[in-house]
Formats: sequence, structure tokens, C-alpha cells
Amino acid sequence: MAGIHLDDLHKTYAGDVRAVKGVSLDIADGEFVVLVGPSGCGKSTLLRMVAGLETITEGTLKIGDRVVNNLEPADRDIAMVFQNYALYPHMTVYDNLAYGLRNRRVPKEEIDRRVREAATMLEIAPFLDRKPRALSGGQRQRVAMGRALVREPAAFLFDEPLSNLDAKLRVQMRVEIKQLQRRLGTTSLYVTHDQLEAMTLGDRLVVLNGGVMEQVGTPMEVYDRPASVFVAGFIGSPAMNMIAAGYLGGNGGAGALAGLPAGTDLVGIRPDDMVLTPPEGPHLSLSGRLELLEPAGAETHLYLRLAGSDQPVVARLAGRAELTEGQEITVHAALSTLHPFESASGRRTG
Amino acid sequence: MVENNRWGTILAHIVLILGVGLVIFPVYVAVIASTHPPGTFLRGVMPLLPGPNALENYRTVIFEGRSRAGTPPIGGMLWNSFIMAMTIALGKLAISLLSAFAIVYFRFPFRVFFFWLIFVTLMLPVEVRIVPTFEVVANLGMLNSYAGLSVPLIASATATFLFRQFFMTVPEELMEAARVDGAGPMKFFRDILVPLSITNIAALFVIQFIYGWNQYLWPLLITTDPDYYTIVMGIQRMVTGGDSEPLWHLVMATVVLAALPPVLVILAMQRLFVKGLTETEK
Repeated sequence: MAGIHLDDLHKTYAGDVRAVKGVSLDIADGEFVVLVGPSGCGKSTLLRMVAGLETITEGTLKIGDRVVNNLEPADRDIAMVFQNYALYPHMTVYDNLAYGLRNRRVPKEEIDRRVREAATMLEIAPFLDRKPRALSGGQRQRVAMGRALVREPAAFLFDEPLSNLDAKLRVQMRVEIKQLQRRLGTTSLYVTHDQLEAMTLGDRLVVLNGGVMEQVGTPMEVYDRPASVFVAGFIGSPAMNMIAAGYLGGNGGAGALAGLPAGTDLVGIRPDDMVLTPPEGPHLSLSGRLELLEPAGAETHLYLRLAGSDQPVVARLAGRAELTEGQEITVHAALSTLHPFESASGRRTG
Repeated sequence: MVENNRWGTILAHIVLILGVGLVIFPVYVAVIASTHPPGTFLRGVMPLLPGPNALENYRTVIFEGRSRAGTPPIGGMLWNSFIMAMTIALGKLAISLLSAFAIVYFRFPFRVFFFWLIFVTLMLPVEVRIVPTFEVVANLGMLNSYAGLSVPLIASATATFLFRQFFMTVPEELMEAARVDGAGPMKFFRDILVPLSITNIAALFVIQFIYGWNQYLWPLLITTDPDYYTIVMGIQRMVTGGDSEPLWHLVMATVVLAALPPVLVILAMQRLFVKGLTETEK
């Protein structure tokens, strides 16, 4: 068990492509940290740098107290779960799990004990004699996890391990990964582009964009106080509405704007924070035409276009809404729920 | 066929049967001829029914040879051919697997250049480079040796190219998983890449074994010692060797024996081949 310490890591590919631009992060022992961001944000590159599959152009990487910049993946005491599982197709499940241990010259009885223990834990014990091709996607995923587990490493690295599973299985495996990590208490670094996966799994999130950390924090911190316009738009679904302060000023929101920090010219409102009946206390009201109504069972999504502007706005209401498409409606949001941003820098103003 | 046309089916079968007949007939004639006594052929008509001398003819070619014409028993020649074909096939596999491994998995200067260099040698079959190759082999003192028979034929651009194409379809994550699992390059090669290539290896082994077995010009050129004659050369020497009329019954027995090992290799490998085809999955 060990923490992982990233100190100003950079990755520059040939041709001066900068994939990671100065990431510093301290992952505590036993912590579950999720790297999240859109494709091409450098999250996988960063994970592979920690794994040792990509060289580190600049900066220091420590696992525990050791600087591991120039160590082979096998010597870093980490285990990795790959997106496509990367199981050895010609080996049985048992051999897949045992391969890494055999390479480390772990005694046979010890290998057998660890493999069977991991197989039991992951409920793949009945398949130990099968080849990967005879397993379903979910079972292969478990074998890939098992291969990481038997190593008893200082840290687990997950590279979008659930992206090849169907939606239902993904939720189930997500829960299992979380429970497993809690039980074992192994430091974990997890890469995903799925913000829901990130929110539910991580003790802390690292939101990456263009090779730079946009924000680091617990899922609820990131959700409640997104540090930038990018984070605000990326975390939460449907995405946060961004409305120019200029529009609000001219449409009855001048009073609301006065209460926001200086420099604010963009106001974010989460779809969840919008209601149809005006809340008590100071609030902001927006009127527009209801263009589309999406009943999603427990909740309803309203897509409106603000009056006097082309700006689309999404609101999410609990339960059902007795509305018809094409109707003019007004939605309200309490001032305390607004997220103030400055558009030039993209940062939060307060 | 999509349509179930009765006459079409019959026609197709007639064509196929004729085709099979065309291929089978010479083999049949050879087998039949090898069972007749020497006198049969003097009439100039090939018999189409088996004769009484099968055992005697085969015993003669395998153990005695044609002492009068200076042809040794073909037992030794079969053995020479086998050694030569095996060395060439295994050597080609070993070298091309390793060079494809190097080209696909390692970054070294002029990698692409070396790949194309290997590729270009595809255009230079043995016959084209036979004189300089002979010169080199002679200077190295490898005339009349197994090494001389096999080594110059071992380098193979075809096999290297084939393995390269296959390796490039193996997902990179497998290599990365092996690295995380503590397997060095050679261990990855041995434990993962080679077992995954087993289908290709089997297919190539068959092709290269037959290639080696059927070599004619090269052994003819570099062997003068009958101890190193190969079977394919042996057939030729039997036909033209003596002063008398060729002893067709013995020639045919030799031909049948010479054709047998490649057939056996194909039959033996076909199982592995098919098994590999149905079981390999990336």
C-alpha cells in the first residue's frame, strides 16, 4: 500500500504535441481518485505515465517513497485493468491470473491460494479452466480485475474498464469495483470519460481538459462549486445552462445580477435547480417557449428557448409536468443556486 | 449455389470429376508402374492395372539402389531431403518470427528501411542469385554438407512479411498487459506471441517444408558427394544416369516415395492448422 505523488508531470510527444501539461497531484494511501475528461484531454496518457507504459517527459512520479520515473511497469508495484481487458486469449482464466505471479517467481502454492481467493471474491471460480473466449463480456471484465487483484499491488490503475460493457452491467460492475476497493483499501487511479461513473466511484475527482487539471475535489465539491465553465459543463447531466449576464440584465434579472461577485458575465444554472413555482426568497425568473418535453419516468426534462434570444435552456423537474409543447412558461431558480463565471478566463468568480 | 438447378449440379460435378481425374491420373500411373517388373515397359505401353513386383521394387530402391548406374539406395537420399527440408522450414520460421518481432515491436534506427530491404529480397529467388550464392557457399567450404544445402535457403522475406502482418493485428494492450505482468520482451514473445501465431506457424511450416523438399537446382549444384544427394536430384539421376533404358519401375517407386513425406506433413499439420483456425481468437 502506498500513495501516488505526481509532481509537475509533463508529456510531450514527437512533433511537439503536448498531451499533459504540468499535472501535480497527491493521492493518499487507499484513496480512490478518478481522472475524468473528454476524449483527448490527456487522462489516459497520464494514467499510462503512472503505469510506466508512457515515458515521463518532465516531472517526478513517486509511488510510496520511491521515485519510479524510469522503472519498468512491472517494477512499479502497480496493476492495471485495460479497456479491452487484454486477457491472454490462449491461456485459461487460471493461467491469465497466475501469469504475472509466475513471472515474479511466487511459490506455486502461494499462486494457487491467491488465484482461488481472487476467483472466489470475483465469482469467477467456476470458469478457471475456461479460455477467455468462452466468457461473456462481464466475466472477462472480472478476470481482468482478478489479474490485477492477485498481484496485491500498491495501486490499481483502471483505464476505462467499463466502457465495453452494456449499460446495465456497467452499473453493476461500478458498484462492485467500489465495494472491492473499499474492502481492499488499495490506492486506485481510475480513468473514465463518463461523468456519472466518475461521480459515483471517486473519493476525489480530477477533471482534466487539454492536458491541464481544471479542478480537483470530492465529487460533491466539483458538482456544487465547479471551478470553471468547462467543469460546470462537463459534470452533471443534462449539462449546466450558461446564460450571458447581459441577457439577464435586460430581462428582469438585473436585481439578481447585483448580488453576484464583480466580474461575473456568465451565469450557470443547473437544470435541477430550476422550478416552475417561484421559490421563497430572492430568485431569478426566465421566460421562454417550451420546445420539447421529455418525460423520463421519475423526472421530466424541459427544453425551452428564452424569450428575445436564441438561447436554449434545459430544466429538470422531479415527477411529471402538466405542460404542452409550444407553451410559454417561466422557470425560476433561487439566487443561491447560481454559479457565477467570467467568460474571458472561464473561471468561477466567487 | 443459390439456384437449385439439377442440370447445373450435374454439369458442375462432371467438371469437378474430370478435374480430379486429371490430377489423380499421373499419380495413379506412377503408383501402378512401380509395381511392375522391368520388362513391362519395353512394349512402350503403360500398364493401368497393378503388377506383381511391388514389394521387390520398393525393396530394391530403398536398400540396394542401382549399383550399376552409381545411384545409391534412396533411403539415404530420403533422409538427406528430410534433413534439408526440416532445417529450411524450422530455420525460416525461427528467423522470420524473430525478425518480424523486431520490426513490429522495437523502435530502432532505419526500422522501415530494414523492413523494405527484407521485402525487396522477395524479388530475388534462389535461381536469380544462384551464382554469387554458390561462390559464397564454396568459399565458406560448405559444399557437400547439410549446412550448404539448407543455410542459403533459410532467409525468408515471405514468412517475415506474413508474421509482421499478423503481429500488427495483435492488440497492443496485450503487450502492455504482459509488461505490467513482468514479462520482458523475449518472455512476451515466447509466452504470448508465438502461441498466438501457432496457426500461421503451422501453415508456413507446411509450405516451407515442401519448398525445401522440392529444391532441385540448388542441391544439384552444390553436392557432388552421393552421400548428400537429395531425393529430387536422385530421381533425375535415375532417369538419365545409366547407359541403358531408364528402369521405369524403379524410377516410379522412387517418385512415389519422394512424394510421400510432403503428403504426410500436410496431413499431420492439417489437424493443427484447422484446430488453430477454429480456436485462435484475439
